[in-house]
Amino acid sequence: MTVSATARPEHGFRLSQLIYDTRYRSTTIQVVAMFAFMLAVGWVVNNAIQNLEALGKSFSFSFLFSTSGYDVNQRLLEYSSQSTHGRAAILGILNTLVLALVGCITATILGVLAGVARLSKNWIVARLMTVYVEGFRNVPVLLWIIVITAMVNESMPSPRDYRGVETGAFVFTNRGFYFPEALFSHGLGDLDLGLFKVSLDLMAIIAVLAAGIYAAKRIGRAADVKQAETGVRPRVFWYRVAAIFLPTIALLLFLGFHIGYPELAGFNFKGGTFLRDSFIGLWLALSLYTGAFIAENVRAGIQAVSKGQTEAAYALGLRPSRTMKLVILPQAMRVIVPPLISQYLNLTKNTSLAIAVGYMDATGTLGGITLNQTGREMETLLLLMGFYLIISLSISFVMNVYNERMKLRER
Amino acid sequence: MRTTYAIGAITIAGFAAGVASAATLDDVKSAGELKCGVSTGLAGFSSPDADGKWQGFDVEFCRAVAAAVLGDPDKVKFVPTTGKTRFTALASGEVDVLARNTTWTFSRDTDLGFEFVGVNYYDGQGFMVPASLGVTSAKELSGATVCIQTGTTTELNLADYFRANGMEYEPVPIETNAEAQQKYLSEACDAYTTDRSGLAATRATFETPSDHVLLPEIISKEPLGPLVRHGDNEWGDIVRWTLNALISAEELGVTKANAEEMAASSENPEIRRLLGVEGDLGAMIGLDPKWALWAIQANGNYGELFNKNIGPDSPIGLDRGLNALWTDGGILYSPPFR
Amino acid sequence: MSETHAETAFARKAPVAFVAEGEIPASPPPMNAVGPVKWIRDNLFPGPVNAILTILSLIFIVFVAYEILPWLIDSSWSPAEMSLAGCRAEASGACFAVINERFPQFFFGFYPQDLYWRPSLAFGFLLLALWPVLFESAPRKLLFFSAIYPVLGYWLIWGGTIWGPLAVLAAPVVGWLIYTRLGGLCERLVGEAFGPLMTLIAAVLAVIVWGLFLVIPIDEALSAIAPIALQHVPSAKLGGFLLSLIIGVVGIAASLPFGIALALGRQSNLFIVKALSVGFIEAMRGVPLITLLFVASTLLNYFLPPGTNFDLILRVCIMVTFFASAYMAEVIRGGIAALPKGQYEAADAMGLTYWQSMRLIILPQALKISIPNIVSTFIGLFKDTTLVIVIGLLDPLGLSSAIRADANWNGVVWELYGFIALFFFIFCFGMSRYSQYLERKLRTDHR
Repeated sequence: MTVSATARPEHGFRLSQLIYDTRYRSTTIQVVAMFAFMLAVGWVVNNAIQNLEALGKSFSFSFLFSTSGYDVNQRLLEYSSQSTHGRAAILGILNTLVLALVGCITATILGVLAGVARLSKNWIVARLMTVYVEGFRNVPVLLWIIVITAMVNESMPSPRDYRGVETGAFVFTNRGFYFPEALFSHGLGDLDLGLFKVSLDLMAIIAVLAAGIYAAKRIGRAADVKQAETGVRPRVFWYRVAAIFLPTIALLLFLGFHIGYPELAGFNFKGGTFLRDSFIGLWLALSLYTGAFIAENVRAGIQAVSKGQTEAAYALGLRPSRTMKLVILPQAMRVIVPPLISQYLNLTKNTSLAIAVGYMDATGTLGGITLNQTGREMETLLLLMGFYLIISLSISFVMNVYNERMKLRER
Repeated sequence: MRTTYAIGAITIAGFAAGVASAATLDDVKSAGELKCGVSTGLAGFSSPDADGKWQGFDVEFCRAVAAAVLGDPDKVKFVPTTGKTRFTALASGEVDVLARNTTWTFSRDTDLGFEFVGVNYYDGQGFMVPASLGVTSAKELSGATVCIQTGTTTELNLADYFRANGMEYEPVPIETNAEAQQKYLSEACDAYTTDRSGLAATRATFETPSDHVLLPEIISKEPLGPLVRHGDNEWGDIVRWTLNALISAEELGVTKANAEEMAASSENPEIRRLLGVEGDLGAMIGLDPKWALWAIQANGNYGELFNKNIGPDSPIGLDRGLNALWTDGGILYSPPFR
Repeated sequence: MSETHAETAFARKAPVAFVAEGEIPASPPPMNAVGPVKWIRDNLFPGPVNAILTILSLIFIVFVAYEILPWLIDSSWSPAEMSLAGCRAEASGACFAVINERFPQFFFGFYPQDLYWRPSLAFGFLLLALWPVLFESAPRKLLFFSAIYPVLGYWLIWGGTIWGPLAVLAAPVVGWLIYTRLGGLCERLVGEAFGPLMTLIAAVLAVIVWGLFLVIPIDEALSAIAPIALQHVPSAKLGGFLLSLIIGVVGIAASLPFGIALALGRQSNLFIVKALSVGFIEAMRGVPLITLLFVASTLLNYFLPPGTNFDLILRVCIMVTFFASAYMAEVIRGGIAALPKGQYEAADAMGLTYWQSMRLIILPQALKISIPNIVSTFIGLFKDTTLVIVIGLLDPLGLSSAIRADANWNGVVWELYGFIALFFFIFCFGMSRYSQYLERKLRTDHR
């Protein structure tokens, strides 16, 4: 019965063509699929409305603007228990992003090191890395998070043990690690943007540093031009260093830069930069866990480039360093980067396990205490999933752009 | 493909089995078991033993309700819930009654749409600190790191208390009591705050309990009680009066051991009404006349439940305190059975 | 040969000073070029950087061993009093008595003790059912067993009458019968053009009607006649590794068909189908499993008709299946994309329709090369089952908290975590080794 797509049918349109005619069939399928999808969505929404009504609940996001009533320990913005649920959610989101960012960086470093070390000729190092990779890959990350946080808690001295002890710039306690912090004795203050404040000092330093880097680039380019003209490259290295650092140092001096050390005051250390035990536990566990996966990707990437490529490059007279840079790495990267980015994605999603150790990320504030205190499961979970979805989609977008660029062009 | 069919059919079976009607009592009776929400683990209140049998104060209250309704204290399905999932579990009908040391508050009673049927433990939020810290009052805790169990009223109370006293603190929110305890013992927090019953229960299990002190301040009222869904008053009555029956039983001297005998021989009209020998209280709430007798026989009266699970002789070692009968200086008071 | 011999013999008679008389026996290689010394030199100290790394590694290993070994050795397995205090009285190291006492609980949760054979048998059957799927050397007839396993496993674990599962099993049979037998009738009824379609619709409808309305009455009727039943075990009794396995296995098995459909949808030319598939896949992959579990525990009931309420474990399985099928779709899409274009072109050249080419050419190959990745998806999912702790299900990690709430075991930490980690490690490591074996076996390129 099928009608060839090229031959014109003698008779007019018949209903059965919707199914059997390849020209119409795809449309039919799509319309049916669309219809079924709309029906399903309508059904779900209708059920949700009915259920909410039955429970006497409304669907409203107004709770975001009411007082939260709880405190959050890691505050990147100003926040107190009198702030709103919405602000607590933003705080949680920032905490998630910070954790994800530092986690991705350390996971990459660890992963690359371990991946290369696993291929090392050094027997013991290679074996140790195998133990590391297999140990972390085959045990749930939640367990690692709990175990590593517990290790920090159990193995480090408590702040009380430092009583009467001279502490240096770095203090390691079981509540977290304290580092020196940058202080400005006559800083520029903060710029109040309503929702949050921006440190003008930081802004100024970033601006001056950026200007310095730009100047250094200009100097480098001028040297390139001169080299092209005369064949002699002027020595500009120190000029470039100076261009980057001198203005910044001058600015720091102007702002009255000094280093603040943590000091024991009462129950805890005061001053310095404080990394909480939960943050450290999560950071270490997520980096080590994801690093183990990245190590495997890196190893696979390096092994995927066939030896012939190296040999061919040598045959062409390329030096080993240039072989690596021009031949091996670009090919290995094509294998490494897509799984690497999906590891970043996994790490970001795994930050939601922070609730297991009491780190107040988005799941801890918005999807945790706020959900609990307001009883608005639907709204909080929708917001939470929306947030993670946006992050993931942005990461996927980057991945797709990269893949598209690096794709092997087939026929 | 066959897996899909199986899943589908299981789903359908689930639909059919779980369509809840308005009357919880009918559901419980037709299912032949009471679904009771308890904590995933809190020493003395609910925890599974080596045989997988749930034990504890809240658990035995559930058994008493099951005995009252179904005549068998073992016809209970215990649903472990976390601080986060407990209210949804109750609202969605996953459990019929929630006995998970839940604080009776205004908003939970009204806004969240639940009905607290009474108080089975009068509690208050307190602080525990190591004795070596030298702290004698919560007012001295400014700047301290405080472990709190998240998903409870305690984090709100804590924030309020420190703000009212103009003190700073570092909150460390923890999911379960077991983890909070481990953090506290490793001195990752200076103080641990939760309901005083929980603190005492936790302290009792330490290697040297005397190294830790409970600070005198009680920063909140925490009346803990079982709760049911709002709107099913008949079911609420049953759970409420089961609790009252256990309290009255203690007041009237009816115990697990002598309940049968009391029912046969007691001349006290209240006892006779309670145990179903006289009057028709059972019929009024749609239960067997012997409902209260069964409930008491399940694990004993309120005092027996208390002593066995959390009382001075148990590993938890809590005093009756406020939870003594009103006749003994406490505030436990059951309305009359009449 | 003999001539050479003769010459040598002659040379011996007239010795020449500078010519070697015979072969010098090989002297043993120098000490540093052979045996352990050479090995150590080559593999541990090939250069200064490596020497430093080796020494650091050795220090690390010694340090870890020094920290852990005494704890392990001075451990207590069965003290007089089964509690932490009992352990402390006996040994200063680990208190493995808790594992000793709670061992069955870790594996079976709260499953009735006299029925432990049922989940064990179900697990054994699972291995049997997986055998033909995973190893080609297995007898092909076992595939039939694999097909009925889901129903069998369900029946063994949850119990109840056998007729319910059998009725479910009959649903596809009924559909197939209608599809094959009623073709002629349908054609007569609605004409030749719509006949096959009508038969298909009738078959699908029959399966749905059978599943929705007939399974339960049939189950009840047959149970009344012949009550063949196992004792029913409610979901609340499930816990420990059994729960992890159930969620993991159901998630993977159920996600396979969904994943294939989604992968085909994503590769499809039909815009709406493709958009829906991509939307679903990205939405599921874009959110953490933990939020989906929250949805399972708090929201799923909102989205179903009012008054519907079903088992939490089933709800979790549904969400996990959604989650896993998105990953599965990507894995299978990878397999499909890895096939050379020539395969599609060859299928087109043969005049195969879309479904024929998919069924006969593309999917068999794509699935085969995807197996290692499917296995690693399973490992990931199996590990992720520990997240159900956040919604109050007592998986091994949840049990460890519940056990610590027992006054006897309050304060036991590392022993429990260590035991859980060890179990997951053994299981997942075995699986990953298997997938590596498969990868080697299935590799067809000659590099």
